[in-house]
Amino acid sequence: MLPDLGNYAIAVLSAYASMVVLIGGLILISLRNAKKSKATLARLEEKRKAK
Amino acid sequence: MSIWEFANPVRFMRLSGKVLPWITGLALLTFVTALYWGFFLTPNDAVQGSTVKIIYVHVPTAFLAINVYFMMFVTSLIWLIRRHHVSALAAKAAAPIGAVMTLIALITGAVWGQPMWGTWWVWDPRLTSFLIMFIFYVGYIALWAAIDEPDKAADLSAILCMIGSVFAIISRYAVNFWSQGLHQGTSAPMMRPGEETQMAAVFWQPLMLSIAGFFLLFLALLLLRTRTEIRNRRITALRAREA
Repeated sequence: MLPDLGNYAIAVLSAYASMVVLIGGLILISLRNAKKSKATLARLEEKRKAK
Repeated sequence: MSIWEFANPVRFMRLSGKVLPWITGLALLTFVTALYWGFFLTPNDAVQGSTVKIIYVHVPTAFLAINVYFMMFVTSLIWLIRRHHVSALAAKAAAPIGAVMTLIALITGAVWGQPMWGTWWVWDPRLTSFLIMFIFYVGYIALWAAIDEPDKAADLSAILCMIGSVFAIISRYAVNFWSQGLHQGTSAPMMRPGEETQMAAVFWQPLMLSIAGFFLLFLALLLLRTRTEIRNRRITALRAREA
């Protein structure tokens, strides 16, 4: 249940929404890149050891 | 134990791997609690109405926007003087976080300014220096991406970071030495024992928790992203050996 935001509901909600979208995007991109680099490095190290 | 030991990538990876899950858990707990407290459990302000709730997002992101840049300045300086790769990679990892924090502070500031000041934007010294700082963040990220040779990219982006730090300092202190402008002075100074805050405790307490939550989130993201950059550097080295 949302608190009573009166006449400024759009301003308050858009401020929070922009924060959620931008921080959420940053977290998702950081996690995706971390996962990708970890997997790539593991594959390359494996290949190096196999040689 | 010296702090310089963490400049060794292997030691950094080992230690950061151990602390990262704890910092992430603490960051999420603090971040969610602070925003829930600020948004749902605090009253509206007598003058500003419900827009006061924007403070729990605007102030922590503005605080981080400036301080992340300061952190990048220090780590860039360490890179230029001592050539520790982890410090250059930490600065590179921090830049997108700082840019996002600056963008959120600019957006929430505009959204808050419109009903309170009657305008989305004004070329006030603090706002303008903040916008320039954001441009420096973007330029710093672009410069790293534009140069293939990692050490050269680190050198040039460190120099760009030094130049941009002027605007981070202006953003922090503009309200103190520039009398004109719409933006008010710091509304939530850090309290020292015996000092009185300018804010009522009902707003000040969740704000302090929110700053702590955002800071912990930054720390968790910084560790995660620095670990990724160290791995990417190793990937580049292995691929170069293969070629």
